[in-house]
Amino acid sequence: MSNYDVNGRLYAAEPAPGQCLRTFLRDLEIFGVKKGCDAGDCGACTVWLDGKPFHSCLVPAFRAAGRRITTIEGLARNGELHPIQKAFRDAQSFQCGYCAAGMMMTTASSDFEAARTAGLPQALKGNICRCTGYRSIVDALNGKTNIEDDIAGRTCGASLPNPFTDAILTGKARYTMDVAIDGLLHAKVLRSPHAHARIKRIDRTMALSMPGVVAVYTWEDVPRRLYSTALHEDHLVDPDDTYMLDNVARFIGQRIAMVVAESEAQAEAGVRALQVEYEILPAVFDPVAAMEPGAPMLHDKKEVVTRHANVFCTLQGEIGDVAAGFEEADAVHEMTYSTSRVQHVHLETHGSIAWKGDDDRWHVRTSSQGPFRVRAKLAHLMGLPAQWIHVFTERVGGGFGGKQEMVSEDLPLFASMNLGGRPVKWEWTREEEFIGATTRHQMTTRVRIGAKKDGTLTALDVEVVSNTGAYGNHASETLGAAMGCAISAYRCINKRGVGHAVYTNMTPGGGFRGYGASQTTFAMECAMDDLARLLGIDPFEMRRKNVVRPGDNIESIGKEPGDASFGSHGIDECLDIVEKELAKGNGVAKPLGEDWAEGTGMALAMLECGPPTEHRSGARMKLLADGTYHLACGSSEMGNGITTAHKQIAASIVGVRARDVDIINSDTDQTPYDTGTFASTGTVVAGKAVYLTAEALRDDILDFAARHTGVLRDNCRLDNEAVVCGNERILLCDLHAAGAKVDHRFTVRRKSYLSPRTIAFNVQGVRLAVHRVTGEIRVLHSVHAADIGRPINPMQCQGQIDGAVAMGYGWALIENMVHDEGRMVNPQLRNCRVPAFADTPHTDIFFASTFDSIGPLGAKSQGECAINPVAPAVANALANATGVRFAHLPFTPDRLFGALQEP
Amino acid sequence: MDLNTIVKVERPKAIEDVEWSDGHAWLAGGTWLFSEPQVTTDTLIDLAQFGWPPLTASPAGLEIAATCKIAELREFAAPSEWRAAPLFRDCIDAFLMSFKIWNAATVGGNICMSLPAGAMISLTAALEGVCKLLPRKGMPREVPVIDFVTGNHANVLQRGELLRSVFLPASALAKRCAMRQVSPTHLGRSAALVIATVADHDDDFLLTISASTPRPVQLRFTKAPTTADLRQAIDERLPPSAWFDDVHGSAAYKRHITFYLAEQVRVALS
Repeated sequence: MSNYDVNGRLYAAEPAPGQCLRTFLRDLEIFGVKKGCDAGDCGACTVWLDGKPFHSCLVPAFRAAGRRITTIEGLARNGELHPIQKAFRDAQSFQCGYCAAGMMMTTASSDFEAARTAGLPQALKGNICRCTGYRSIVDALNGKTNIEDDIAGRTCGASLPNPFTDAILTGKARYTMDVAIDGLLHAKVLRSPHAHARIKRIDRTMALSMPGVVAVYTWEDVPRRLYSTALHEDHLVDPDDTYMLDNVARFIGQRIAMVVAESEAQAEAGVRALQVEYEILPAVFDPVAAMEPGAPMLHDKKEVVTRHANVFCTLQGEIGDVAAGFEEADAVHEMTYSTSRVQHVHLETHGSIAWKGDDDRWHVRTSSQGPFRVRAKLAHLMGLPAQWIHVFTERVGGGFGGKQEMVSEDLPLFASMNLGGRPVKWEWTREEEFIGATTRHQMTTRVRIGAKKDGTLTALDVEVVSNTGAYGNHASETLGAAMGCAISAYRCINKRGVGHAVYTNMTPGGGFRGYGASQTTFAMECAMDDLARLLGIDPFEMRRKNVVRPGDNIESIGKEPGDASFGSHGIDECLDIVEKELAKGNGVAKPLGEDWAEGTGMALAMLECGPPTEHRSGARMKLLADGTYHLACGSSEMGNGITTAHKQIAASIVGVRARDVDIINSDTDQTPYDTGTFASTGTVVAGKAVYLTAEALRDDILDFAARHTGVLRDNCRLDNEAVVCGNERILLCDLHAAGAKVDHRFTVRRKSYLSPRTIAFNVQGVRLAVHRVTGEIRVLHSVHAADIGRPINPMQCQGQIDGAVAMGYGWALIENMVHDEGRMVNPQLRNCRVPAFADTPHTDIFFASTFDSIGPLGAKSQGECAINPVAPAVANALANATGVRFAHLPFTPDRLFGALQEP
Repeated sequence: MDLNTIVKVERPKAIEDVEWSDGHAWLAGGTWLFSEPQVTTDTLIDLAQFGWPPLTASPAGLEIAATCKIAELREFAAPSEWRAAPLFRDCIDAFLMSFKIWNAATVGGNICMSLPAGAMISLTAALEGVCKLLPRKGMPREVPVIDFVTGNHANVLQRGELLRSVFLPASALAKRCAMRQVSPTHLGRSAALVIATVADHDDDFLLTISASTPRPVQLRFTKAPTTADLRQAIDERLPPSAWFDDVHGSAAYKRHITFYLAEQVRVALS
């Protein structure tokens, strides 16, 4: 045994020979040490050895023996937060909070000050945050306070801190894997090495003979029920084309077999011992090739219905007369634009733990954006009544759409059900995220667009090909979104479009912030810019002239009336703000040297707030005996700040401080149903449920108080911790006691649905410099204006936009999943980069002063759409700087330099 | 990450105590070993106990132990006549890795990884370093760094052979130097890292190209070359097929950018 001093406490323990310090500390139940990449790239696991910072995933555990180990749990001393923890609290330098421990252990370390002399971009090289865009982290390092006081009756519109702040700061927040469970079994999965193959034989005897291996499951063992991994309220919008485990592999990375063992190491060894005989089948990776006659077929048509061969679905339509519209046009522009696959890179990987409880029911602790839909799918797959299954999240480390998918829950539950209910855990690696989870759909969009001399659009023709990969989860919905807002954002009486979602042997596409609309917004906004240039019209004017307004038909390529409606209209204000700010400038000059070309670009994006398909949410709220409130809402919190907003909404209705409303969320046992936190619904659907529920509880309290006191209901009102009836002020705790005597429970429940859907806009402006020789791009000025209605929590709204814009820059400039015949070449964060601090420009963010008449308390969706105008604004600035239209993402230097050489 | 195939860690006090067999791996900083699964490795041999002094300076030059931490090299206070010493920091800053990794990663580990973008390879090759290698049997041998790396993730090490140190001669350390680097992301992994050194009177101009080629490439000129001479020399030595194509930049881009950086370091030293 060796001695380990962790945060001043001594442990006698012996790590496994090849164990890293990260898992060794977690085995000691020191869960503040997080796994982001497990490869030294993200910094989430940073700890100190004798005061010096290390990535604990790279430190052999034995080397820490006899040294002073400090983790986030040891940063506060004697109950007093470390100054960096206070700074992170005051600036609210986290959203999901998963990176925060590593971020604080890095920035609080003694080496950091020296590293900082080389600049923050250098000093923060070793830490990735996927949520914040780093602005709030820099705020903390600069000692800035972003939070406001929690004042009764004034919660709505206040920048209140995340209610889980203290837990996040001290490492006590429990993410999905941060639990110690006795008798835990570990699952590991063999993933297909082939893009398309039929399994002829799986020999599991060797694997089963390995020490610690308790079971091996293959396609022969699991229920053969088709389903889709996508989570939606209406399961019919996704094709049932997937088996839990299949005898055909359709992409490299598809799950082939699961090994369950007493330890993760044993499960890994069991996976290596599996012997699989494959019959290799021809594969196709390009969706255009996949549409050709004779292309390899992905799905047997007896099992999966497609529109035609590999074409899973086609959406098409026409309004007006496009041919006549082009006849009328004075200028016509046509070009093909394409966007790339990217991964969500939520820092917490997928993972789930399933077991049978003392209540004889099945419990699944997971990392999901939609536990209720997960429960429904599990019930379907396992053939169980849904009530027998409990699915819940505790704290989720980021989602961005990647967790709108049931990909990690089914296998551990199946294993547990077959192993006497023993708890089974399946935690994904970072590599598995890249090859086995979903990505943004790669889409290619041809745009043909015509206008009169004055800029009035006369015709628009759009053709989209979406590569959905091996499975059709989210394929039709993202295609629908692609054929939606980007096109309906502009008034044009003649529009036509056709879009195909096509199966190929690539990693499946899935939901991703922006959801299909990002892809066509890129194409449309580049095309609008090109057309404006052709006509000699200013790009802002071009948008003003054509953007859809109240009174216009909000329509894309079909005449079927939709339920989108203007609860407010802030696009003009957003355009004005960005135009003015870009004109004013920020004083950042173009780098010296004639090789640098400078340019300015802008783009807008429109969002119908919420999905066109069904989405519903419920909330339950009660007055507690102590006079405070409890709110239960099914909505998931994955760093989007929705629990903060829900507390604020509820508190504002009943007139108390946000902290007087306790909240539980995302738990199929403890909260009312919620479809899930995705598709921009956290505020406009779940928030509306909370709003309706709080109003109902307010009315319930006032009605009871009126009856109880005999004062007219109109003369009763809530006043913080009391109710005032005429001249009498009764504390709520006393009123509750009075209610209890007559079995009045002060508990209400309401549901909300999504219709109509209001409309939001975002406008991005970019001034950048591009080096004509190296292809390096420097963003000099980044401006964003958002028409999101009334911000429930301005700080959080700004944070969401900061994060979305940063992700937009990542998509435009950096992120590059490289595949060779369906095999990802770079499934590591050091080879498939996401923006680090050095890559992330500061963005000046502004809000339009709209107050929405549809969304709750004047609010609209805010976390999603800000990503959409970023890439086209960058492209337009590049075109402005160089005179060259770069039409294919990403704009990495090696993809630019050739065209930049032209004079 | 956990290396679950490892069954044993040997912590020998002296190199003579090591019995090498297949499945063994030398453990220096561990920052690469622990960053990827190592399923063919079952035993780690920890170099830490050898207690090699990290840096030994003498009038003849600087001996850098393979186990010298990047952080130790960065803090090295060089004598003022070693005009090329600023390259130490410049090359360390060219790493994708952060200052936290400097506390664990070693100079020898980076050289033995033999990746095209290994900045310690760029540094020690440019400074005409010589590797001291300890074979499992027989006498130590010396190999110039420029010949040590033979390709992407490939080098001259024989089975079980150990890199003991790199010696940088004072003559090279005394030269004037210039370094330029380009990365596809800000402060990211190098797509090209080019170093030139030159002695007084423009003698002995040495250009070292790295990251853009699978292994470092050196071009020596008795006198600092002209723009045209330099370009021609690179072109003759490195045909279009000789450049390194990977996710951090296409071969064509790396070729293009190397010409540009080479001219920049030439100008900087003229």
